[in-house]
Amino acid sequence: MINAQSLSIRERHLKKLAHRGAIQIGEITVMTEVSIFNQGKKQPIKASEIDPTFKYELQKIPGAEKILRCFQCGTCTSDCPIARFSDTYRPRTLIHMAQLGLKDRVLNSDTLWLCAACFTCTDRCPQNIDVDSVIRVFRNLAVEKGCIPQMFCDQAQNIVETGYAYKMPQTRIKKRESQSLPPLPKGNTEALKKLLKGIKFFERVQPIQKPQGENQNEP
Amino acid sequence: MNPSKWLFFLGCTVPYRGVSYEISARRVLTKLEVGLVEMPEFNCCGLPLDPVSHEAMMILAATNLAIAEQQGLNILTLCPGCAGTLKKVNKTLKEDKLQKDKINNHLIAAGLTYNGTIEIKHLLEFLKEDVGIEKIKAAITHPLTNLKVAEHNGCHILRPKKFISFDDPEDPQTLKALIKVTGADCLDYIDETQCCGAPSVGVSDTIALQLVRDKLNHIKIVGAQALITICPSCHIMYDTNELRVEKNFSESYGIPILHYPQLLGLAMGLTPQELAFDELRVNAGKITQQPAMQTAQKTTSNC
Repeated sequence: MINAQSLSIRERHLKKLAHRGAIQIGEITVMTEVSIFNQGKKQPIKASEIDPTFKYELQKIPGAEKILRCFQCGTCTSDCPIARFSDTYRPRTLIHMAQLGLKDRVLNSDTLWLCAACFTCTDRCPQNIDVDSVIRVFRNLAVEKGCIPQMFCDQAQNIVETGYAYKMPQTRIKKRESQSLPPLPKGNTEALKKLLKGIKFFERVQPIQKPQGENQNEP
Repeated sequence: MNPSKWLFFLGCTVPYRGVSYEISARRVLTKLEVGLVEMPEFNCCGLPLDPVSHEAMMILAATNLAIAEQQGLNILTLCPGCAGTLKKVNKTLKEDKLQKDKINNHLIAAGLTYNGTIEIKHLLEFLKEDVGIEKIKAAITHPLTNLKVAEHNGCHILRPKKFISFDDPEDPQTLKALIKVTGADCLDYIDETQCCGAPSVGVSDTIALQLVRDKLNHIKIVGAQALITICPSCHIMYDTNELRVEKNFSESYGIPILHYPQLLGLAMGLTPQELAFDELRVNAGKITQQPAMQTAQKTTSNC
């Protein structure tokens, strides 16, 4: 339910963005569809969605150990280049939600995937929290639940199949010769597969398919 | 360890969409008499896997470090993402024996061991610390005296500071110093250290485009004739999106985006052709047709 007051705040915010030239110009549209509060609708927190053990679970994962140190000063959000142009991505809010135990809201959140990993928040956090690592821990947990944007899935898939994060076009590989560049080294996908099997990668990370067939060595 | 040779870790983005960076860097490094050894085989540094599985990232990075150790060579990269990731994992494993043993247990499957005997440098750090400003200065034959440029360091070359400590992330000076050596003027502008937004482009290119627009506006205000980058991803963001931003936001820039080795190469008397200027999306004719450049081209063609 959107009440009149929040709607007008939202409208004002959109106008502000439009003023900056951010809204529906040509192929560009302001990204308002994603929101940590369920697609823009602010929903009250229900006691049943709180998982009080979530924060302790996080504390045991490398990178998120210091999450309880956060006192919500907002340095991360105010320094975040993405938050500057997004009306939904707020690292502080994500950390607060995790502290409150809103596990599903955090892990299902689309905005989680907007972080550009610029590490500004990590460098400037007065409580020395590795904010980028906390976001990464959220992402890793989300992936284990099956939530992963296509781009991240594709890159991981390419690495598993070729050793490179991108599908290197054959024309590119051939052109190197005419540019007097040495041939591109081949990915050792055999070793890679063995290594990733060792950490049960393909079982834990369900969206990434195990590579099949023998012709996987082409870069 | 052979200190005069470096294992050239190409990364994924450079051969995929940053060939002009590779070509110009190789030309410049040859001029500076740096010996490069090609990777015998390649696996991604691990960075793109970090959001999916941190453990997988650690293993991929450690694999690359172990391969370099086998060769007895330090690693030189063009991509700050690769350099940052490999440095981070190298430091973590050097300091945490428990983690190191755990990773080594996994690496056995590929017949590798990580010992922690090598170091990793990005081109920028390498030029400053190993080649040295003086040697670069001596190689400048065609100073770019009439050129005013702005620099963009990007994020992974500077941050997080607990892993990467060679320059001040809040006020980086290395790239500026290296630009000044070429004779060009390096301008200060607003939000110099702001991220290009590349990693978020696949999730929301709206935000990324606005970050590009912000940067281009800031360098336009101070009158920069070019933007100098040292990261393949930052370069893609600005070079490929400049025209899109101009069209979508009714802006006009016409500012070419150059890889640092392209700028350095010009000052060393290499031709725009040799430095792969033809691979750039935004035409850099305004820069290469300057009088100093024309002499450079003439001299080289006479040789």
